[in-house]
Amino acid sequence: MPEKTTPLYEVFLRPRNGLAHRHVGSLHAADDVMALQSARDVYTRRGEAGSIWVVRSDSIIATNPADKDVDFAPSDPEHKPYRHPTFYKIPPEVGHM
Amino acid sequence: MYAQGLIGEKLEATEDDAFLKRFQDRIDAGDIIEPMDEMPAAYRRTLIRQMSQHAHSEIVGMHPEGNWVTRAPTLRRKLQLLAKIQDEAGHGLYIYSATETLGVSREELVEQLLSGKAKYSSVFNYPTLTWADIAVIGWLADGAAIMNQIPLCRCSYGPYARAMVLVCKEESFHQRQGYEAMVALMNGSPEQRRMGQDAVNRWWWPCLMMFGPSDTQSANSAQGMKWKIKNFTNDGLRQKFINATVPQAQHIGIEIPDKGLHFDEETKTWVHGEIDWEEFWRVVKGEGPCNRERLAARQEAAAEGAWVREAMLAYAEKQEARSTKTAA
Repeated sequence: MPEKTTPLYEVFLRPRNGLAHRHVGSLHAADDVMALQSARDVYTRRGEAGSIWVVRSDSIIATNPADKDVDFAPSDPEHKPYRHPTFYKIPPEVGHM
Repeated sequence: MYAQGLIGEKLEATEDDAFLKRFQDRIDAGDIIEPMDEMPAAYRRTLIRQMSQHAHSEIVGMHPEGNWVTRAPTLRRKLQLLAKIQDEAGHGLYIYSATETLGVSREELVEQLLSGKAKYSSVFNYPTLTWADIAVIGWLADGAAIMNQIPLCRCSYGPYARAMVLVCKEESFHQRQGYEAMVALMNGSPEQRRMGQDAVNRWWWPCLMMFGPSDTQSANSAQGMKWKIKNFTNDGLRQKFINATVPQAQHIGIEIPDKGLHFDEETKTWVHGEIDWEEFWRVVKGEGPCNRERLAARQEAAAEGAWVREAMLAYAEKQEARSTKTAA
């Protein structure tokens, strides 16, 4: 009988308070507790984290790379440059704004 | 790692020209390929092979070193060795999970290792006979691995590149602790110096072979470089390694066991003598001094650990069932 496989978890670390958690990789674990413990052993052997998040990979809802243009073209700065401060000309005498 | 990862792979792509051109344009533009992106089947297959062989190498690489944990000369050296071995396990896991993003399960990959279908770096099929071997593995084998891995931090496949960044950060400690242990030996008694030299005599050539076959024998180099899953040629990396290492050896009075080794004033490089490629292929094909022992050790570990994995899952299921009952 083939062995059952363990679910995949994604691991996020926050190096210290004041920073956001950042994705560092993934790992297999039988349950949430083991996932946290493994994340500590596998991804934080040199003080990389003050906080760890783990989440089941199958719980993540993501955009599809094939839809990249449909999803993100509207926010392309080339199409909507007026959403950026550098689009606007300010009289030089006014100085930094 | 492990330029040996491409040995025997067929890199010809099977998709139509428009698809391949679109992909190649992305690579040429310096775009990084991420897991769900479209990619040629051969790119995916080659990466699975290269990355899983890399992961297997990290795992099998723990065995020669594990041999000396209980006999490390001091507590400090023992702690270093334990930390290094734990890193190798971590590296194996980073790379396995990066490989899984290509649509293959870790169980499948491990099964390929256990059945002997998948290869790992040939260097780990040599025995660690003395403590000096541990020093030399850190200095030379990890040194060679770093040479290979640093360019991979900029390879075209995102998860592999990111795993390599983690690995390279940690690997630097491995090389430095190895060289430091080597310095200690070479500053020691005549017997210790002999031990150091003897270990280099046995490991020098296997370490040069870590870079894989000569470019003249390696048909896959060109395609691998086009896809940026290999950023330097085998011979190019080997040369970089020799140039970096020879002065380190000279500094501690180690003689490189290569009668043909000489400095070429014109190119400012150390030119090495003939590599015994017959030995290389023998070891790759399973006839090295420790191939059987390494594989048997992995198989034993998998079999002995089966009940733990089973209990772990049973416990997880029980907890899950309990929480559903409470919720209901």
